[in-house]
Formats: sequence, C-alpha cells, structure tokens
Amino acid sequence: MEDKETIDAELAVIGAGIAGMAAAMFASNRGIPTVQIGRTGELAFASGLIDLMGVHPLAQKHVQEDPWAAIDLLTKVSPQHPYARLGKKKILEALNEAIAFLEQSGLPYQGSGEKNSLVPTPAGTLKPTYRVQSGMWNGVQSLKLGTPCTIVGFQGLKGFSPQQMKTVLERRWPGLRAARISFPAASSNSEIYPEQLALRFDLPEGRRLLADLLRPNIMNAGAVGLPAVLGIYRSKQAIEDLEEALGIPVFEIPTILPSVPGIRLKEAFCSGLQRNGVRLFHQFRVLEAAPARKAKFHLTVGRKNAELTIRASGVILASGRFLGGGLHAGRNGIHESIFDLPVHQPENRELWHRMNPMDPRGHPINRAGLEVDKNFRPLKNGGPAFENLYAAGSILAHQDWMRMKCGSGLSIATAFGAVEAFGTSRPR
Amino acid sequence: MQTQVLIIGGGATGTGLARDLALRGIKCILVEKQDLNAGASGANHGLLHSGARYVAGDSPSAAQCRLENELLKKLAPQCIENTGGLYIAVEGDDETYSAAFPDLCSAAGIPAIPLTPDEAREREPLLTERITAAYEVEDASIDPFRLSLSNMHHATCLGSVLLRHCEVTDFEIDNGFILAVRLRDTSNGQEILVEAEQFVNAAGAWAGVIAALAGASIPILYSKGTLLVTGHRLCHRVLNRLRPPSDGDIVMPGGTVSILGTTSIRIETLDDVSPTVNEVDLIVKEIRALLPCIEEIRFIRAFSGVRPLISQAGKSDDRSVSRGFSLLDHLSDGLKNFTTITGGKLTTYRLMAEKAADLVSSRLGNTNPCLTAHEKLPDPAVCHWTEPASSPKKWFGNGKQQTVMLCECEMVPASTVDLIADCLQENREKVNLKALSLRTRIGKGPCQGTFCGAQVTAYLYDLGLYHSNLGLDDLGKFLIERWKGIRPILLDMPLAQAELQEAVYCGFFCLELLDPEDLEV
Repeated sequence: MEDKETIDAELAVIGAGIAGMAAAMFASNRGIPTVQIGRTGELAFASGLIDLMGVHPLAQKHVQEDPWAAIDLLTKVSPQHPYARLGKKKILEALNEAIAFLEQSGLPYQGSGEKNSLVPTPAGTLKPTYRVQSGMWNGVQSLKLGTPCTIVGFQGLKGFSPQQMKTVLERRWPGLRAARISFPAASSNSEIYPEQLALRFDLPEGRRLLADLLRPNIMNAGAVGLPAVLGIYRSKQAIEDLEEALGIPVFEIPTILPSVPGIRLKEAFCSGLQRNGVRLFHQFRVLEAAPARKAKFHLTVGRKNAELTIRASGVILASGRFLGGGLHAGRNGIHESIFDLPVHQPENRELWHRMNPMDPRGHPINRAGLEVDKNFRPLKNGGPAFENLYAAGSILAHQDWMRMKCGSGLSIATAFGAVEAFGTSRPR
Repeated sequence: MQTQVLIIGGGATGTGLARDLALRGIKCILVEKQDLNAGASGANHGLLHSGARYVAGDSPSAAQCRLENELLKKLAPQCIENTGGLYIAVEGDDETYSAAFPDLCSAAGIPAIPLTPDEAREREPLLTERITAAYEVEDASIDPFRLSLSNMHHATCLGSVLLRHCEVTDFEIDNGFILAVRLRDTSNGQEILVEAEQFVNAAGAWAGVIAALAGASIPILYSKGTLLVTGHRLCHRVLNRLRPPSDGDIVMPGGTVSILGTTSIRIETLDDVSPTVNEVDLIVKEIRALLPCIEEIRFIRAFSGVRPLISQAGKSDDRSVSRGFSLLDHLSDGLKNFTTITGGKLTTYRLMAEKAADLVSSRLGNTNPCLTAHEKLPDPAVCHWTEPASSPKKWFGNGKQQTVMLCECEMVPASTVDLIADCLQENREKVNLKALSLRTRIGKGPCQGTFCGAQVTAYLYDLGLYHSNLGLDDLGKFLIERWKGIRPILLDMPLAQAELQEAVYCGFFCLELLDPEDLEV
C-alpha cells in the first residue's frame, strides 16, 4: 500500500447520496477540509423533492399537512427516531442551509411556508412534500386552486401518460385535459429519453420548438404541465422562456426512472461542493477501512481496484441502505459493509417483510440500521464504535423514510447533526 | 347460455379436455374462476417426465409418463424443449435405491443409460465432484402456459367458448341430473346461467369445493410445493437426485432460467398459498449437494402451487400418495351427469383429458374417436409470447424498430402489448397487467415489475383501457402478486431491487396510501 497515493483530509464523507452531499456541504461551509467518496448514480432515482415528514401514523395512512406537528407526534411515540436526537430547531436550520446552498448553485426550491404541499405525480396520485424545485411550484398551486390545466406528454416518452393523470384525478381536479406532442428526437427507434430531452431544453432553439408545438394544445388552459424534462442546467430560464412564449404558467411534474430533477440535484451539489473546495472521488468506493495509528482512519478507495489511500481524522458514514450498498443482507443477517458495525435488525429473516407489500405499517426490515449515540456515532458494545466515526442518512435505524415520506429531510438533518458533532470534537 | 358440455377449470386438464371434445364435434363452454393456469398448471416445474422418478413407488404412473412423453414430443414440439435429463446420486445417498434403479427403469420400459461421474460432469460442468451414480433419461422441459393457451385456442377455433373470471356459485339439480350451473362474473358481479347436458369438474385443487356444491364429496388432500427461479440457466438438462423422492430433488431448465424444487407441505386451506423463507432455505440446502455453486446464484423469485391428491387410506406421507389421476363418475353420489377428473401431473394431462372425454362422450351417445393422440397441436402466433427470449428475437427479426420497449428486462415492446390487448378484447376479456404478464414475460425479469409496472399502466391508460383508479388498483394487485414470489428470496441484489421498487411505488407514487374505498367499480 505504500506505493499508492495518499491523501490527507480532516473529514472523509462516505456516500454521494443526499446525506453524503449534505454532509460534505455542511463541513465545507464550516471550513473543514473534506473529501467525499461515493457513487452518485442513485441520485438519478431521486424525485428532487425535499420531504420532511409526510405521513404519521403510518397504520392510519394519515397524510399530515403540518410536518412539524407530525414530527412532534412521531418523536413522542418513537423517541429513537433520528429526528428526536436533533429537535425541530436544528432540523429547520439544516434545511434552510441546504436550500440556500442549492439556490446558490442555480437550483431554487419553493414551498408553502412551513406546511406540506401536495404534488401531483404521473400516476395521478398526490405526494405530500415540504419543498419542490421551483419549476414544479405552479403545479402545486394549480392543483390547490383547481385551475383548468392541460397536461402534455411526449410521444415516445414512457411512463408518463397525461390521460392517466386526467382519468385518475378527474374527481379531484375536473379541469384537467390531456394532450400529446411529438418532439423530434435523435434515437433510431421512436423512444425518447428524459435526459436527452432535457439537454435540448437547455438551449433556446429547443425551447422555441417546444413552445411552437405546445401552442395549439393549450387553448383556454390556465396553465400547462409537462414531465420534468425542462432543462438540466438552465431549467429556470427554460421555464421563464416558455411562460413568456405561451403567456400562461408552465409547470413540471416530477418523474422517476430516471429523474431529471434528481440529476439537477446531483449537478447542483457537485458544482457547489467543488466551489467549496471539497475533493470529490465520485464513482469510487471504499474497499477497506482501517482505524489506525495516530487516531486517523485509513480508507483504501478505488473504482474497482485499490487506487489510493485517504487519511482522515473523522469519517461520516452516509453509505445508504441495500440499494446504495451501505447495508448488505445475507442468509445469516444484515451487515454493515465497510466497518462491520452492529446492525439493529429483526430476529430472523421471516420477520423482515410483511405478507402484503403495500401494508401501510411498512416492513420491519426498513427500520433496521445503525443505532447511534446523541452525537450520531454508531454504537458497538454500549458505546461509540470509534471516537470519530459518525453516521447519517438512511443507514440509520428506527426510521422508515419511504413510508413516512421523510427521506431527504432526514438525510439533510442527520448530516447536519453529524457534522456539528464532529466540529465540536475537532482538535483546535 | 346453452351447450353440450360445461367444463369447470382452465388448467392443462380443462383446456386439454375442451380441445379433445371439440375434435369429437362436441360443443363446450369452459368456465374459469380466474385465468388460464391459475392453479397447479401455472405453478409447476414444467417437467415432461421420462417416468424414471416413479419407477420405485408408482410404476403405473411411470409407464403412463413414458408414453405421454413420447406422444407430446411428437404432437406439441413447439411447447417442448427436448433437453434430456440426468439422475445423479451423491455421496451419502441411499445406495440400495440407486442400485435398484436401472432394473426398475428397464422393467417399466424407461430408457436410463448409465454414465460415469466424469461423463455426467462433462455434460453438466456445474455438477458436484461427489457423484456416486449417474444415468441419462428422456426428461424434457414443457411450457405449460403455451400448452394451455394453444389447447384452448384450438378449442375456440372449433366452436368452444372460454369464460374467464366466472366462478361457479351453484348447481341446479333435478332428480340426480344437473340441469344448469350458476356463475358469477367476478369482474362485474353479473350472474350467468349455463345449461348443459354434461358437467365436468376439472378444477384441480378446487375439485373438492366444486363437487361439494353439487352435493358430492371427494377426499382431496392439499400438498403445497414451492419452486425457486434462478437468474440465469444453470444446466442444459433436467437434473434429478437419484434417491427416494424427497424435497429439493430437481433442477429444471426453463428457457433462460433454471427452476429448483420442490417441497411437499400438507396445507389445510387453499387461501394464501405463498412460498416461505424456510422452504427457500430448504431447497437451497438440498440442491447444494448437486450444485455446490448454488449459494452464489441470484434468484429471481419463488412460487408455490398446490397439488390435489386423492387421499388413500393408510398413506400418511404426501409423497407416497399416488400421483396417478382419478376419474370419478359420481354415480355413488346420486349424480348422473357429473364427472370429476383430478390428481395426475402435467405430463399426463392429455391422457387425463382423453379418459374424461371418453366418459362424457359415451354419456352423450357420441361415438367419435379421440383424436388428440394423433392430431398435432396447432401453433398460432398469438400463443408464442410465453417463450422466454422470443420477444427480442421477433422484435429484432421484424426490423420493426418503431416501437417503445415497455418491459426492458424481458424486452417486450409496445407492439406486443397492442397485439395481446387486441386478442384479449376480441375475446371480450379484460386487458390488464395480470392478463398481459400471463401471456408475455412482463414483470418476470429481474426488476419484478418496478419499471414495467408503471410504464405498462401508463400505456394502457393511453389506450383508453382504464378509467378512474382502476389502473392503479390493477397495478397494486400486480405488485402484490409478484411480491408473493420475491418476498422469500429477498437477499443481496433482489433485496436492493425490492428497495428500489418500494422507493418508487411508496416513496414516490404513494400507492400504499390509496384507499380501496375510493375506487369506483
């Protein structure tokens, strides 16, 4: 290992999802020399919405209008939920800092003050969330006011059916109409891809063509809704141009698989982190971790094989769950992949999942994860496993982000908590 | 509605019977509570038995299998991949059993060619090094979906009628004669009355329930069997464990995958038949003796089926209850025009149908001979889509690149969905994810419906085939159905896939928050 390059940093953030990005941001905002290691691919699955707390209690499928009241209720019955460690004041501080950072990187967010908003999805369902990318805001408003809108889809763009939205939302949003346009695309078959489209709308010619195609379809509409493909780097300008050309509000509807808003989030974080001087090792993985001599961690990292060593005084483990690879499930149980930390989990595999995948209570395995002390340090044998190892994000136990609709809020807030704890412990 | 013969049950036996009768010029209506192959016919190994498995305990079954095996290879080759099979004994297996095996096979007329362990491993390199005996047999792989679809298609071309989603609720009986059957269309609640001269119970595991409605009683045992599907095909041939029939004896090639199994668990009711974590672990443990690499293999899903076994006095172990079939004329139940055909296995479906058709025909005074042992099973294009990898072949072959891929894992394009949808609508059947996944491979690939579920639903809404929340309701049902199969294998990559699926459908779409009460009918 001696002949590999060695890099020194004060803090190493393992993970490039929302928690990892947020941790690197909070650390670099505070002047802590930081490196980030991780794969950014999963952000392409992020809806780009910032959830804080949407549903509580789960068993009653109660969609909450007030996320902060919901957090109060939740932390009373679940004092081990990561939100309980932080308290509302810190959670709000964390969110505000993150949203300001993203705005600075060209990705503004909006919301209904301190209340949740309902966002229409392509399925015709409604999702509660705290903050939406600005391009989606008119959609939230139009739904609320019942504004007669035309939803327009693209020929060849899968998984987005204006007809589905209209049909499913008919009773709730009677003024919806459905339309479809054909945008000339480069591929040989008739399929078009969200990223491909979005890049076209970063450019003025693309927007002009789109406006021309939309115009005949939006007679008498109070607003027009499109899948979230209106630019990657210049989405704000894309929407402004379209609104000017069409004379009515234009809004985006979040999509997934892949999600352009998720890609925007990734790009905004990356550019901001680079501005802040964070050294990024994206698409790298931590192959080996050794807590070592002179109280530093030695992380062997590489894309496939070992490429270099990172020496850091502190590590924030934001490596995600099973999809991200932070946790691994084998026939004998769930393991944490890098430090082999104890994982809180159901007694046996038969208890992992309920019989109904849509059981509103959620699956017990989703609450498995790392238990931490009040400083967000993972526990082992009753105390912190390592003095300067912290954990943040969805890898934490006692939360169910997919059901509670608290994913990004949890990631951002716990990253804040972990960085704050490390900051307090830093040698001067 | 009126017909000559009413058949209850749309599995291999029922559809085979409809075709047999149709070929004798007899008009039938086949009623099915769900869709074709909803029972054991849709949840089995797909094994076309050489018969060798039954030589020790059930030699009549063994001989029947051999004959039907040869017949079906001749008459329905499009449903069969003639893979051949091996019987393998490993260190620790019952030596008396393997010693007796060749003579027992020979006595039943079943070819079993001895191989050395090296020869066996040359044919199947993944086999263990601890082989003590090996034989080559004439097992093959058969596609039960294509089989039933093709049988039913031929029957309907000859004038028979298929009523799916119709549940039998009652029989109208007068003086030992069944006059009519009352049905409930489960898709709209409508009641339908069908008058017929003869009534056949081919309801498989539900035969006891149907018979009870007619006032007859059949001693049926339910034996649940679970099977595991691997991500890719492990062996060319069928692999059988050469030992007294037990759990986890078989590795079955199924197109692009392998199917491992099985178990035999006595269950009391037919409600909620799902594979369990323990069964999956048991199968893996047993298969490890044949294929040591099995722990590294990725599984796609598990599924369970129920074998209906006619209980025999004195047999306590479900494996020793005869897997031969039963034809009941119900005269002792005081019924003069009711027949039950049950038990048996997929391999002997045609023979079961023949015997039932013989009895029914004679009761009708029809003397036309059975033609199913001579007539080739027709091979219509619309029944081709169940074959794994057939979709990419056709898609690329046609050069028809102007289409959108709705299921990327199994490469099913929108044009295929159009074709199947048209077909279903012509037969006045519902177009939904379930019907589509039965006839294609949508949802059966690694993503288990994560991507294609949403994409196909959107497409069907675009075609105007769904109104209101119905598409979402179908999507939810589709995911619940797939879940049964993936829940017990959620480790490693499949668990990561399941997490992504939950993130999409719950985290984003909030599908779990929908209230069933909100749905319009």
